[in-house]
Amino acid sequence: MIQTLEQFDAYVAAEKKIEPKDWMPDGYRKTLIRQISQHAHSEVVGMLPEGNWITRAPSLKRKAILLAKVQDEAGHGLYLYSAAETLGVERSDLVNDLLSGKAKYSSIFNYPVLTWADIGAIGWLVDGAAILNQVPLCRCSYGPYSRSMIRVCKEESFHQRQGYSIMVELMKGNEAQREMAQDALNRWWWPSLMMFGPSDKDSEHSSQNMKWKIKRFTNDELRQRMVDMTVPQAECIGLKMPDNELKWNDETGHHDFGEIDWDEFNDVLAGNGPCNEERLAVRNKAHDDGAWVREAAVAYAEKTKRKTKAKSTIR
Amino acid sequence: MSDTKNNWPLWEVFIRSKQGLGHKHVGSLHASDAEMAIGNARDVYTRRQEGVSIWVVPAESISASSPKDSEALFDPANDKVYRHPTFFVLPDEVNHM
Repeated sequence: MIQTLEQFDAYVAAEKKIEPKDWMPDGYRKTLIRQISQHAHSEVVGMLPEGNWITRAPSLKRKAILLAKVQDEAGHGLYLYSAAETLGVERSDLVNDLLSGKAKYSSIFNYPVLTWADIGAIGWLVDGAAILNQVPLCRCSYGPYSRSMIRVCKEESFHQRQGYSIMVELMKGNEAQREMAQDALNRWWWPSLMMFGPSDKDSEHSSQNMKWKIKRFTNDELRQRMVDMTVPQAECIGLKMPDNELKWNDETGHHDFGEIDWDEFNDVLAGNGPCNEERLAVRNKAHDDGAWVREAAVAYAEKTKRKTKAKSTIR
Repeated sequence: MSDTKNNWPLWEVFIRSKQGLGHKHVGSLHASDAEMAIGNARDVYTRRQEGVSIWVVPAESISASSPKDSEALFDPANDKVYRHPTFFVLPDEVNHM
């Protein structure tokens, strides 16, 4: 049984899983609540930019696929909220923190989705980056988070492929379609690289989270993986990466790539992205518009309970 | 922003993945009553044919053992290796039993 910090550290170092009722340091609990709830918020807000395109999908097939993808994102948000709640927080507090703007979500969703090709780029790049972030989280030391991530990763692979297949199809199309695909890549590439977070030298949570086996690889390691994975996929369908400094490095066995615009990263993070306000406003409206449904469901449940009680007393 | 302090009750969800297997815990969700809990569980946990049967149980109805009792509960089994068949060495001539 874990009772002290030393025991906890040894237990985690031995790759054993922590479960909700086990003793854990306050910092570990706090970090996990922050990370898991931010992750959940990202899934929920992630539905908004794509949801806008469901009615505008170019075919019934693509509409059905996008609908299924967006529904998955809702599911991912729910697995994650339920994992966060095992740490002793209330769902309503987490949701309220998102709605009030107190909690953060992935900055990537504060960029606008301008064309159908953006839906391709999002699945391919944004979900691709998410997979790279999430696969190591399947081995996270906290059991409920790890289990949620295993479910999420199984589903995420469909998201990435459907996005890439949109790009493949556009690149097989006419000049305008190819331009649309290239334009989407140009706009989404750098924000996708920013998804891995600040550079290792500026990352405030990294080392402790590595020790606690919440994080397995550094931001820069994962970002490099993203570049190495994506470059050949782009080349294969005739897309050009919007980075003049990008080139293969024989010595390192990796691609060298240009510097991220960290001012833009910090600016969007601080709430000044193109869509920060819109996303929160839409989420708040959906929440408020649904209030009567939640209230009605509670009233109905209470009424049914009263009726069942009355019946059993008669007997 | 409206106040959503009133959480719907928490339900634990158990799914039977196919006939012949037991129900297994898969996670939890909020719902106002059992019927909604089953509907939500279907949407959240069985989008890819993961289940043929769902149980939902109000989380507050589950009694659980505590990690601090785990030594008393589970350690006594440690020194009873004779409960496992491999404890008994068979004569070479007897291959299976």
